[in-house]
Amino acid sequence: MGFKVLIVEDSRTSREFIAAAVEAVPGIEAVTTSSGFEALRLLPRHRFDLIITDINMPDINGLELINFVKKNPNYRDTPLFIITTEGREQDRDRGMALGAAEYLVKPFQPASLEGLVRRYLKLA
Amino acid sequence: MNQGGKALSEFVAEATEILDTLNKDLLTLDERRGQEVDPELVNGIFRAAHSLKGLAGLFGQDRIARLAHGMEDLLDRLRLGKLVLDDTALDSLVEALDVLQALLVDASRGETSTAQSARVEALVEGFSRLGAPAAPGEEDPLDRLELDPQVRAVFTEYEEHRLRENVRRGVSLWRVRADFDLSDFDKGLAELNSRLKPVGEIISTLPSAQPSSASGIAFDLIFGSKVTGPELAKAVEGTLAQLAPLALRPPGRGSAPAKARPPAPVAPAALPAPEAPAALARTAASAPAAPSEPRAPSTRRAGSRKGKASRAAPPPEPEPEVEVPPPARAVPSVRAAQGVPETPPPELMAEAGSTGPRVDFDTSLRSLTQTVRVDIRRLDGLMNTVGELLLIKANLQRMVEGARQEGTLVLSKAWVQELGRETRQLERKLDALQSGLLEARMVPVGQVFDKLARLVRRIAREAGKEIDFISSGGEVELDKLIVEELSDPLMHIIRNALDHGVESPQVRVAAGKPRRAIVSLRAEQKGNHVVIEVSDDGSGIDEHRVREVALQKALITEAQAAEMSRRELLNLIFLPGFSTARSVSELSGRGVGLDVVKNNISNLSGLIDVWSERGRGTAFHLTLPLTLAIIRALVVGVSGRTYAVPLNSVLEILAVQPKDIRTVERREVLDLRGQTLPLTRLARMFGLPERPIPRSFVVVVGLAQERMGIAVDELFGQQDIVTKPLGGRLQAVRGISGATDLGNRRTVLVLDVAALMEEGIGPERRWA
Repeated sequence: MGFKVLIVEDSRTSREFIAAAVEAVPGIEAVTTSSGFEALRLLPRHRFDLIITDINMPDINGLELINFVKKNPNYRDTPLFIITTEGREQDRDRGMALGAAEYLVKPFQPASLEGLVRRYLKLA
Repeated sequence: MNQGGKALSEFVAEATEILDTLNKDLLTLDERRGQEVDPELVNGIFRAAHSLKGLAGLFGQDRIARLAHGMEDLLDRLRLGKLVLDDTALDSLVEALDVLQALLVDASRGETSTAQSARVEALVEGFSRLGAPAAPGEEDPLDRLELDPQVRAVFTEYEEHRLRENVRRGVSLWRVRADFDLSDFDKGLAELNSRLKPVGEIISTLPSAQPSSASGIAFDLIFGSKVTGPELAKAVEGTLAQLAPLALRPPGRGSAPAKARPPAPVAPAALPAPEAPAALARTAASAPAAPSEPRAPSTRRAGSRKGKASRAAPPPEPEPEVEVPPPARAVPSVRAAQGVPETPPPELMAEAGSTGPRVDFDTSLRSLTQTVRVDIRRLDGLMNTVGELLLIKANLQRMVEGARQEGTLVLSKAWVQELGRETRQLERKLDALQSGLLEARMVPVGQVFDKLARLVRRIAREAGKEIDFISSGGEVELDKLIVEELSDPLMHIIRNALDHGVESPQVRVAAGKPRRAIVSLRAEQKGNHVVIEVSDDGSGIDEHRVREVALQKALITEAQAAEMSRRELLNLIFLPGFSTARSVSELSGRGVGLDVVKNNISNLSGLIDVWSERGRGTAFHLTLPLTLAIIRALVVGVSGRTYAVPLNSVLEILAVQPKDIRTVERREVLDLRGQTLPLTRLARMFGLPERPIPRSFVVVVGLAQERMGIAVDELFGQQDIVTKPLGGRLQAVRGISGATDLGNRRTVLVLDVAALMEEGIGPERRWA
């Protein structure tokens, strides 16, 4: 038991929304950050079971984070979801091409994220 | 998500922050009209609109989401160079911001006003038709750049566009590589960024996927340099950065050779709309040394966006031998790419439909939130102080224990000394805690200035006046409460300036003045006060006309008028019932006079004053205390009663004898260093019995440039007080601002110095 999920999203409210949706699954701890830089720092310190990231962020963009995760032998097997908004199909597609497992388009229902989380963490 | 008021207030708080940022950036953009547009600025505005859209979507705020989406779409085309920013586009962005503010007010009250909905639709409709299409380029310049496709695959559409722009302009491009320690790489990067920014544009910051060491991390910055190689090297001297130029083939013959690449591999199953990037990444893996790159997918998409006027002619395609999957037009199972955002599911809907007073946003610029953003260092400081207080408490506890064990009688001198020391420590720390908390309440007055600046622009446009709005001193800090209360009075004064002060361009030119008028808003801290000046270089106030009106309305007598100085005459405009407007104008005609403004300022323990010269302009000065929460007061005694005088208005204290006081024109005055100081006796004012005493004190008080002496019998010292408002009928007593508890369970009245000065000096202001 005890899964750790990293959430990278610069909007505070969205971040908390995502964290709440993820933590609705028992046994999951959400680690949240507003910046890609902070995410780079958190990665080696924890063993994450899942990463959820926004694309449009101020310091490094989500694609760069995905690339970093997916090219790094320590993290590349960790499933990664991207959160996007409408109209950003190119960025989303690039994220998927870089190895993201799933994407969610804002606004989404907490239940759909919860379902994906359960599926990827192989929880009932 | 929880659906209660908490969620809604969180939404409002974050949306307010986003709108503040938008406001600031749009203003900057506005100020630089006609200049070359800063791409970073446009991108920042785009990001803000984007965040707002996402946020509003989460909370089921459809109208905000829809408008933000329209803005985002327009800004996206701007930042990607598909449109050129013109005046119409800028004006409609500014207007959209106004509507967003109004919508947020609606949202915070759970309302949906139809007027705003119509504005949203009109704006969104307008956005889609806006903007002059940018000239299409002939060849995608990115194809000429020798760049690892793997690097290119992680660029966002925007980064790719910026890179393209830099190539197009012939800027030299560099890869700047730097290794940092994982613990402080952000500092290192910030340092590197600050060196690079003055000499070019940082297009992308890529963390290197190869782990350099367990505790290290490498970054590649893609940088467009405005300076030569040696100059760039000099700019990063002393950092760990390594420079490598990105080679560029000459234009025109780019795509012919070496374009062959393996057929696009099958995209992952999860990808609903397979596009070039997937292919790119894989191509790179199988052919790492590809001498040139395939076209970026973004240029193809430029022509494929649906239904927008921006359907700029796509750049000519390269020869068709390159196999590129068709651009995705529809995305199955997810929201449609463009168009109206769908209604969020019911569980995401915030409460709607509750009632509440409808507030026109124009009538108030007050914040919707009660929150104050506090620098974490300030909170750390407070925590430290609390820690020290706990230490003192522990010491005192120990002393109590000691005393208990030794019995009640023998308290040594050393013990008493220690107690004294601890008490002094306690006092110092409590002082620090108090001033720390006061600081945490402080916010920059610029928060209001920014909002006003936008409004000024709009009002001026509507009134056909041409103005330049200048604000300064926005960084000066005031108590949050005061800043909030300031917005309405300031707006009123500015409306007056635009309406009555500033002339039309034609009149100005005829009078030999510059066509554009200047309206300025300045804040400056002076000791314990902040002075805010609102000035214009308009027609000024006609004091003869003021005098005429005041006489007509019997606000003053002929005799009084005859004695009044120019400045005294001007200050008559603050009297209730005074208004010189010959016709009620659309702008200021709200039945609210400057007397209301003056009351607002007085409620903040402030003073308002006016200067004006015919033909040259008008300036209002607002003098305000830094904070209202806790003030230091001088405790005085008059006829056996005790009063507190706010110390921030006390200038000095004089000991006087009865012979020092003269009577001039039935008023008592005092000579103070060659100047005549009007004197007020509290006993007389409050109808207390006066006792003859041989020696009394005069507390000299001052606000702005006014001075007055208050005669008191006794001085008891200084103390920190928290003023509580008086209820009921006592509220109307002039000269008293409230009551306070002095700690020994004695409640005393706090003097309202501003009101006392008005009474003492008189409405006609003899002391000028």
